[in-house]
Amino acid sequence: MSLLEEATLPVPKAPVTPGLEPFWAALAEGELKLPFSRVTGELVWYPRAADARGPADLEWRTAPGRGVVYSVTVVRRPAGEYRDSGPYALAYVTLEEGVRVLTHVIGIPPEDVRIGMPVRAVVAEGADGAVLLRFRPVEEGA
Amino acid sequence: MSGIRGGAYIVGAYEHPERKITGSSVPQVLAEVVSGALADAGLSAEDVDGWFGSSEQPGLGGLSMLEYLGLTNVRHVEDTESGGASYPTHVGHATAAIMAGRCDVAVVAMGGLPRSLPPHRSVPGPEDPFETPYGISPVALYALAAARHMHEYGTTSAQLAEVKVAASLHAQHNPAALLRTPVTVDEVLDSPLIADPLHRLDCCVTTDGGGAVVVVSPAVAAQLPGHKVKVLGQAEAVKPAGAAVDATYTAAVWSGPRAFAEAGVKPGDVDYASIYDSFTITVLMLLEDLGFCAKGEGGRFVADGGLLAHTGKLAVNTDGGGLCNNHPDSRGGMVKIIEAVRQLRGTANPPVQLPDVQIALVQGIGKAIGSRHYSSTLLLGQEDS
Repeated sequence: MSLLEEATLPVPKAPVTPGLEPFWAALAEGELKLPFSRVTGELVWYPRAADARGPADLEWRTAPGRGVVYSVTVVRRPAGEYRDSGPYALAYVTLEEGVRVLTHVIGIPPEDVRIGMPVRAVVAEGADGAVLLRFRPVEEGA
Repeated sequence: MSGIRGGAYIVGAYEHPERKITGSSVPQVLAEVVSGALADAGLSAEDVDGWFGSSEQPGLGGLSMLEYLGLTNVRHVEDTESGGASYPTHVGHATAAIMAGRCDVAVVAMGGLPRSLPPHRSVPGPEDPFETPYGISPVALYALAAARHMHEYGTTSAQLAEVKVAASLHAQHNPAALLRTPVTVDEVLDSPLIADPLHRLDCCVTTDGGGAVVVVSPAVAAQLPGHKVKVLGQAEAVKPAGAAVDATYTAAVWSGPRAFAEAGVKPGDVDYASIYDSFTITVLMLLEDLGFCAKGEGGRFVADGGLLAHTGKLAVNTDGGGLCNNHPDSRGGMVKIIEAVRQLRGTANPPVQLPDVQIALVQGIGKAIGSRHYSSTLLLGQEDS
């Protein structure tokens, strides 16, 4: 099932760094793929192509994108590309794989987002094709 | 013997008196604070053989500034950048360099004009693609730490406001402070939310200015007539955001114990503390992480005037701190050192001058406690301490 949806907030274009193309290519296809090191077996977050042990041998595994809000703030004075977007919920979400990603929680008023709230990944697609991982609350009964 | 205890003395200090500067430049501000600190020490530009600056130096960093300032006898240069934590780290590094014989008279300086100059930009980091597109800012990243601290420990916005109230009660006695009017808890809570749960009055001020200190060898210090402040210990630490950030503690959990051990003192020995106050939550979490109270007890520690001179549990930021006095170049570590030096010298503003300060602590933070950041802890004492 594709996670793609039309963006409700601006989608600033993220620079694609060498070695991490699969992350962005998967998002563009509506999928979340997370990088696991074949050296350590660990999920590498934030994704990086190398460390002091040498080049990372990354395996990109599709993830369901289920998580829980770890912390959240309402950004009341948006700036830059968000200047005209109104307040938004900036959050850390803990994925069930154990990593904690910086993201937005959308779909409800930002002040209603709570720590501990179960959320699911969506991929917001901007008009120019730029994509960004965001989260929505899990609907009741889902 | 290992460690830097007693390896150098701070013999000069100067804080730029202005908070809004027009018609000047960053090199001019640096010239003013360096000449001011040298005059305070009774030393001259020719005496300076060590230089410690940070990323706010324009042009080629120390290379440009040493030429501009006419410091031609420098043989040890360090341009270490660790945000607002840079300067307490520089004092520790200067002491180590002096002990190694690499210099005898080191100047640590900073200055900035953030009210009129745009922020100095750096090359994007490898983490940027996964963070910057979300519209992050310093206040938002600190807010994420505050929200989680509240969730885990029951810390309240009113407790955070107490940090600002104490700063304002101190700042009313500081003629140079940007904000000199005392505020109440209710006034903090009634100020607009910037990034929940942080209000406008939970945030530090943005000011121009800067400061400098002169760190010298014991041999040089012995020839000077002024009050000497002994460097007792210093440690820095780095906390990555990591794969699963824990936003409820800072890197001071590592820098604090190492600095205390080097100095041979414990939190209960500290008579005065300059604690980084980029936001109110910064102070509250640092008090916990430095061991002034148990983890999660910061809210109760700061409540009911806990940080006030004379009557509180620990006198913190008696100049009014970054919340009220100044936060030059959005890097508060230098003025934190200078107020600690004043308290040890007995030259703080009279209503907030503490009696008989033997040990002072300076705690710096660089970048965001809700994400990756630097911590630097510096312990200073009287000449005979």
